[in-house]
Amino acid sequence: MLLARDLAHAFGAVQALDGITFSLDRGQTLVIFGPNGAGKTTLLRVIAGLIRPRRGSAEVEGGRRAIGWIGHQSQLYGQLTVIENLRFWASLYDVPAGTVQERARALIGRLGLERQEQQPVRTLSRGQAQRASIARALIHDPAVLLLDEPFTGLDRLAAEELRTLLGELAADGRASVLVTHSVEEGTELATEVAFMRSGRFAAHGPRAGRDAAALAADYRRIMAGA
Amino acid sequence: MTQGSVGRWITAVALVLLAGIYVRALAFTPTELMQGPAQKIFYLHVPSAWSAMLSMGLVGVASILFLFLKDERYDRFAAASAEVGTVFSLVMLTTGPLWAKPIWGTWWTWDARLTLTLMLFFLFIGYQLLRSAVSEPGLRARYAAVVGICGLVLLPFIHLSVYLFRTLHPRPIVLKPSAPSLPPVMLVTLLLSFGVFTLLYVGFVTQRYAIGSEPR
Amino acid sequence: MPDLLRHAWLVARKDLQVEFRSRTALTLALVFTALVLVVFEYGRDPTAVPTLDLAPSILWVTFSFAAVLALNRAFHAELENDALEGLLLSPISRSSLFWGKLGANLVFVALVQLTGLALFVLFFDVPVWRVWWPLILVMVLASVGFIAVGTLFSAMVVRTRFAELMLPVLLLPFLLPPLIAAVTVTAKLLGGRPLSEVLGWLRLLAAYDVTFVTLATLLFPATVTE
Repeated sequence: MLLARDLAHAFGAVQALDGITFSLDRGQTLVIFGPNGAGKTTLLRVIAGLIRPRRGSAEVEGGRRAIGWIGHQSQLYGQLTVIENLRFWASLYDVPAGTVQERARALIGRLGLERQEQQPVRTLSRGQAQRASIARALIHDPAVLLLDEPFTGLDRLAAEELRTLLGELAADGRASVLVTHSVEEGTELATEVAFMRSGRFAAHGPRAGRDAAALAADYRRIMAGA
Repeated sequence: MTQGSVGRWITAVALVLLAGIYVRALAFTPTELMQGPAQKIFYLHVPSAWSAMLSMGLVGVASILFLFLKDERYDRFAAASAEVGTVFSLVMLTTGPLWAKPIWGTWWTWDARLTLTLMLFFLFIGYQLLRSAVSEPGLRARYAAVVGICGLVLLPFIHLSVYLFRTLHPRPIVLKPSAPSLPPVMLVTLLLSFGVFTLLYVGFVTQRYAIGSEPR
Repeated sequence: MPDLLRHAWLVARKDLQVEFRSRTALTLALVFTALVLVVFEYGRDPTAVPTLDLAPSILWVTFSFAAVLALNRAFHAELENDALEGLLLSPISRSSLFWGKLGANLVFVALVQLTGLALFVLFFDVPVWRVWWPLILVMVLASVGFIAVGTLFSAMVVRTRFAELMLPVLLLPFLLPPLIAAVTVTAKLLGGRPLSEVLGWLRLLAAYDVTFVTLATLLFPATVTE
């Protein structure tokens, strides 16, 4: 579903990615842990096609049509209502009009945004906007999800809801790449785990049943060495 | 020899030759009958306009090469050429009025060449302002290249539109700025001056490029 | 090709929707246009200079200012919640995005110009009805190329410091050829000159438009992809 081969990229003299290779299948969730500046966001952007890497390639089965992105910013238009935003974004992905209505209804229901549907996005609270943003990312039913520190700024309850949702999406057969700097937040969702530092995977492999504490210990150990 | 010192040598030679041009222009080239000694500014004014245009042309070409080949050396060259071009445009824009005032009684005239160089000057200024407003080097290079190419393509349109505008309007000026039929002596001085200014361009850009290539 | 136009239309429609919800830029441009015309009216001596001589210059200076104001808003809404990222992630081509933006800008500028023209006729009592269609033609031809370059530059400038200042500075040289042509043609039209005299200028404008719309379309991807 997703294949990255020897990805390398630099911004000026800074080597952001230095030889990343991995593959991901349906239903798998790769969680990448790493400190700020490790190159996690750059990696996601290369996979999404926003950056052309200096070396290597990243292929997503289905191209940009199959990718859904959830990040810090909502990528919504403040002047338009939630439903108008969803319709617009769906139209860019050529989702048929009838399907949009159904899917939008379903997503709005699932994310608890029924009362906000006809409100301009700029009137939404931060949490509501975040949920609307998730609806936007899912409106075209992407097979691959790219998540850039999605738990940032979420309270405990919202984070738990997001985790549940992501679990459901993975169970449906979606592949996901989630980057985060917090070991606690990403653990349960991961089927594969990678530790990233200075543009490279310092470790990469299946989660193999490790819980958050075990992962944190491994993380500290591997990041401290060399 | 390092790039920087090569540049310095070329510039030094060019400056010496420039002094030679001065001597030739002042002492060995006859004074123009109607315009008097002020006409001699012409030997500086016209070639610096040429150098300014050469600078812009090369900024454009380097920008195209940068976007295709993604080699940042082209970007550094374009930056160097733009800075040098700004200087030459300024020379042209200051010598213009200095020449115009004694001869035509006016500081400025909106003829095709002067207007073109003024726009060239604004293009260079805009280019440099843009470069200084972007901190990330990759982004800066791409943005600058886009403006550089657009600027280059713009030049023929400016020239054409101003030229058409001017020729279809009655000219209030009695004297023509540069006679097409120059006596050979003056022509030689002018051509020599063109050569020297081109050499100056090469020298300046080489030095500036060398400075830009220095590791930070 | 059909996809290009369809997606461009979707982007343009969204832009206009967002703009008409907030109405700030449109109001500003219209008020500004009226203001400039009023200043010109009181700034001239009617006994010294006949209106007909000044009319083309007044009209086109007003249009130029309004156009630059319009261009400033082009990419603003995209930055608010980083919707631009969403547009780049979607499967639409970069050219579709550019043409959509260009289309919205042209509609916006056309609205301001038509209003400006109406006010102009009202304030200055200049007979335009005899030559209304060549006048509209020159307004279109003089705007398209310039707005294309403006749309391209605003995509870059919006992420730099001093964005509002940078755009007019960069655009000034590009204003000159269409401005010269437009003023000359307008003067001839209002002065009752035969159409054959303006054909050369109209051809120049058309050449300018074709050149810069093509160039801007080709260069736009370089401003948004890394």
